[in-house]
Amino acid sequence: MIPAAFEYHAPSTIGEATGLLAKLGEDAKILSGGQSLIPLMKLRLANPTHLVDINGIPGLSGIREGDGFLRIGALTRESELEESELVRTRYPLLHDTSKVIADPVVRNLATVGGNLAHGDPANDHPATMLALGAEIIAVGPKGERRLPITSFFTGPFETSLRPDEILVEIRIPVPPARSGGAYLKLERKVGDFATAAVAAQLTIGADGTCDRVGIGLTNVGLTPIKATGAEALLKNKAPDEGAIKRAAELAAEASEPSADLRGSVEYKKDLVRVLTARALRKALERIRR
Amino acid sequence: MLVKLSINGEQHEADVEPRLLLVHMLRDVLRLTGTHIGCDTTHCGACTILMDGRPVKSCTMFAVQARGKQLMTVEGLEQNGKLHPLQEGFMAEHGLQCGYCTPGMLMTSYAFLEKHPSPSEDEIRWAISGNLCRCTGYVNIVKAVQHAAVKISQGGA
Repeated sequence: MIPAAFEYHAPSTIGEATGLLAKLGEDAKILSGGQSLIPLMKLRLANPTHLVDINGIPGLSGIREGDGFLRIGALTRESELEESELVRTRYPLLHDTSKVIADPVVRNLATVGGNLAHGDPANDHPATMLALGAEIIAVGPKGERRLPITSFFTGPFETSLRPDEILVEIRIPVPPARSGGAYLKLERKVGDFATAAVAAQLTIGADGTCDRVGIGLTNVGLTPIKATGAEALLKNKAPDEGAIKRAAELAAEASEPSADLRGSVEYKKDLVRVLTARALRKALERIRR
Repeated sequence: MLVKLSINGEQHEADVEPRLLLVHMLRDVLRLTGTHIGCDTTHCGACTILMDGRPVKSCTMFAVQARGKQLMTVEGLEQNGKLHPLQEGFMAEHGLQCGYCTPGMLMTSYAFLEKHPSPSEDEIRWAISGNLCRCTGYVNIVKAVQHAAVKISQGGA
């Protein structure tokens, strides 16, 4: 399949890239890992007349902790996240997620920034970033903006990024002691989108109750869903089996899946319930270990 | 746009349209037809090649993105008329039936064995999970990779 013709731009600085985006407007798309965009272009579901390839801009990759945040450069490949010792040891939810995005070969090109900026409710990072309370750093011609993840996903394939802005970094607050998380995804086969998936992140206080709770849901609505009802139920409560079961029911109620080849609405909602309970239990296990 | 790159240690260049997919440049422009086009939708991995040492799906990249990169294709496995231990392994263990997925399987396995010289069966299955075999001959593909791992550890490559 051959994509429609386009003009290719390979800027070497962010300023040059945002300048191009400002000039070209809606006709331009940013090319990052290309693992979602290029398939869409081949199917002619996306027909940008200009591609702005950001892969040659230095400084957009890397994973490090600094100023109280885990800072992930937008161009960081999923495989780098998966192989990162820092992520594996300190951010289990993120590590879980990195292992189930697409397949191992795709992960060598696919980027963390692209997974979020694409705005696809079936992508895996959105739910995880909702659970982790991340923020998105965007740069446009007028400077930098910090966008909270909770208002980042505005519709299917839509985000709060402006057309002339580039997502440059993802910042995740460094979790306090006694924190843990897990990402559980049911997929028909490696590389498929989730039938449903759940990201859970917990922090347990000295008194044994939940100080912080984050629960995100993948591919069960028009946007990624933050299960706020379930989070509120657990907050400041001991995460005993009764509370976990009730939170899982609330997460299922918050989901709004549609029926497709992967399952019926009823099946997917029940899957959210089961996966939420399991993800919460796994997060607790990791905290107690 | 002029694309200059290295493939299997040799310099190549071609003037291509930006929309030309890398796999089409390899096969149609440079006539390196060892790399296959399977699903054309980023699922099957028949088109897998190495870019700067990492396996990537060449149907999901534009040729212009490979400017200045070091590529390796299945044609680069054989050295001085001698098959790579992976190729020998695929022959010895019947790691192919129709052979369509084989170039991709070989390239993914090549990069994997460089990082994991003595892998478990589970690790091999994980590594090739982005490469589909329509004949479902995975058992022998895994054996072929194990065969190559042993050969390489004995100094076979």
